[in-house]
Amino acid sequence: MPTYVNPDKCDGCRGLARTACMYICPNDLMKYDADLGKVFSKEHGMAFNQEPDLCWECFSCVKACPTGAIVMRGYADVVPLGATLTPLRATDSIMWTAKYRDGQTKRFKFPIRTTPWGSINPFKDFPEPSPADLKKETLYGEPKWLMVDQLPTLKK
Amino acid sequence: MVQPEIETVETDVLVLGGGMAGCGAAYEAAYWAKTKGLKVAIVEKAAIERSGAVAMGLSAINLYLGMRWNQNKPEDFVHYVRQDLMGLSREDLVYDIARHVDSSVHLFEEWGLPIFKNADGTYKREGRWQIMIHGESYKPIVAEAAKTAVGDGNVYERIFAARLLLDAKDPSKIAGAVGFSVRENKIYVFKAKAVIVTAGGATGVFRPHSHGEGLGRIWYAPWNTGSAYSMMIQAGAKMTQMEHRLVVARFKDGYGPVGMWFLLFKAVLKNAKGELVEQKWADLLKEWEPYGSGKPIPTPLRNHQMMADFRAGGAPFYLMTDEAMQRMFQEAGNDPKKIREIEADAWEDFLDMTMSQALIWASDNIDPAKAPTEVVLTEPYLMGSHASGTGAWVSGPEDIAPKEYFWGYNRMTTIKGLFAAGDGVGGSAHKFSSGSHVEGRLAGKAAVAYILDNGATPTVDEGQIQAIKAELWKPFENYEKGKSGSTKDDINPNYLFPKMALHRLQKIMDEYAGGQGSQYITTEHMLQKGLDRLKVFKEDLQKQAARDLHDLLRCWEVWDRTWCAEAHMRHMLFRPETRWPGYYYRADYPTLDDKNWKVFVNSRYDASKGEWQLEKVPFLTNVS
Repeated sequence: MPTYVNPDKCDGCRGLARTACMYICPNDLMKYDADLGKVFSKEHGMAFNQEPDLCWECFSCVKACPTGAIVMRGYADVVPLGATLTPLRATDSIMWTAKYRDGQTKRFKFPIRTTPWGSINPFKDFPEPSPADLKKETLYGEPKWLMVDQLPTLKK
Repeated sequence: MVQPEIETVETDVLVLGGGMAGCGAAYEAAYWAKTKGLKVAIVEKAAIERSGAVAMGLSAINLYLGMRWNQNKPEDFVHYVRQDLMGLSREDLVYDIARHVDSSVHLFEEWGLPIFKNADGTYKREGRWQIMIHGESYKPIVAEAAKTAVGDGNVYERIFAARLLLDAKDPSKIAGAVGFSVRENKIYVFKAKAVIVTAGGATGVFRPHSHGEGLGRIWYAPWNTGSAYSMMIQAGAKMTQMEHRLVVARFKDGYGPVGMWFLLFKAVLKNAKGELVEQKWADLLKEWEPYGSGKPIPTPLRNHQMMADFRAGGAPFYLMTDEAMQRMFQEAGNDPKKIREIEADAWEDFLDMTMSQALIWASDNIDPAKAPTEVVLTEPYLMGSHASGTGAWVSGPEDIAPKEYFWGYNRMTTIKGLFAAGDGVGGSAHKFSSGSHVEGRLAGKAAVAYILDNGATPTVDEGQIQAIKAELWKPFENYEKGKSGSTKDDINPNYLFPKMALHRLQKIMDEYAGGQGSQYITTEHMLQKGLDRLKVFKEDLQKQAARDLHDLLRCWEVWDRTWCAEAHMRHMLFRPETRWPGYYYRADYPTLDDKNWKVFVNSRYDASKGEWQLEKVPFLTNVS
């Protein structure tokens, strides 16, 4: 289901450092157009999906949009109209609402992360690397991070 | 036409691609680089936070041994892969990934990835190798670790890596890469002592089931356009198993995953008459010994049974989600709270990674607890990290690899200083997300070791840079020169746009190279004809046109897929047997020939002559 942008909600991420959907789309589909708002009598620019037939429905832009302006509409050549699937992503969980074509609704909430965003200290509690260790088969932090006594090998 | 500015970046280690393997490579290289203050840079055509095949998340990690709980040994995994891939894989590489993979998974959990747990604290398994995760933010978490490790100034996003550079003084050595920005008129020249190719495998080489707005709704990420293979082929690296595609059974139209349903929910596949496909066609497996009687049944043989039943009138096929869920509800004593948990697990499997499947259920008014869902076979893919052995021929680890498979540095290709990981490494499928990350780490460490032993600054030929620049920008020139030839942009005799080029490539491959429209069947004559058509197609690709940077990106993605298509056809032509029925059939050689063809097919493209050389390479292993 390719994304489309609701012109009543998109404000072109004005005041922000970058257009969220354009920054995040893995397939370079979402595009900011400074003049697009004029069509809807708005002074700000807006975003649109420039190539819906190469959209993978990954929802990255939907989750990232600060105004909730991006929506999925099922592929017109494949999917019956009328259903919606809407995520609401917080810092530690995500809520999904599926609204069926026949009107029934299902809602699910799942955790997404157990630590604060930006908290990763990549090489925590591990000594500085030594050139001698470069010749060994062990990776950073092994065997500690394997949680076994030693890295397995084969008897040749 | 605006000429691009050229920006030169000098680094020690250069990682091309920011998916799981790229993040692993950047992370590990950054650690070892500290020994000598080396610089590590990572280049990605999108934003690393949501790039690669795991961009939207995953509901399972498909490779975790659980060595700390004595659940599996690396040898066990090699035996499984040997069976599923019909005997042929680089078992030194597979063993190496298996013995290291748990450390990456433990790091993911430490960084904040929520993993399902059993009451005793062990990870909840979906199958023998798979564990369940709440993986919506899997990629953003792994990306955060990689970006923090290399430092902000060394992350290059929205840059499409297009060409590898060989050293001007010693062309057996790598010297860097050239790419272009998809946001501004700028070409980047990266000079590096070691390069790690972790870019994507190839989707979109074959025509998918939907051709209209649903063209992008394929099983695997459509932004994986085969640039890992294309860049290395053009640079002259030796490639292996480029004939080994994969085809998977997935929920129809949404392409939702079936693994959890089969493995954890014990759902079964039935045909339209209610017959169990696997049982009905059990005898077919006897034609594919020794793999036919092994367990589990290899994926291509399960496809083979479905295809046989399709021809016998058994379609449509259904995964009996309703039977499985009702049985689980009963086993839970119909406790409403437990029913709710089972339902949440069923839906999360899609909402973490294939949301479109959930929307299709909602659109078709299907409640998976009450009705089954159709299953079909996909079009073919070339995914070295998933279940096809496509990729570069690389050195194995010193302590495991047969001596013929070892040349100094783990995961180094046949070009000195050029490493690969993930989709980029051939002969070692079934890495999936965690195995790709850990293979990136293996390559990252080895790249630093290589630089410390062979630290000469690379030499780049300025003339070559200018030639690449002119070539990369040609689609803009084609458009400017040709556009006055027609009153409408998209119908013009002077050029073609990349979307039509993509359709043309997919048509050739579907019809001649055993796509799903041809029931996966091809022959020597068909492949020869396909290669003839591809030759003319490549001439026309010189006339691709771009109006903006987005078009330019698409033009070069079509080229990447075309290189993959050519390698794929040449390799299939070279292997006169049907090794993976259910993936493709050589109708002129319809049986498996272990006696003569349990060997690798390797190829090398010589750019100076425009010629391909293919060879048989013996299968060797130290794993009993």
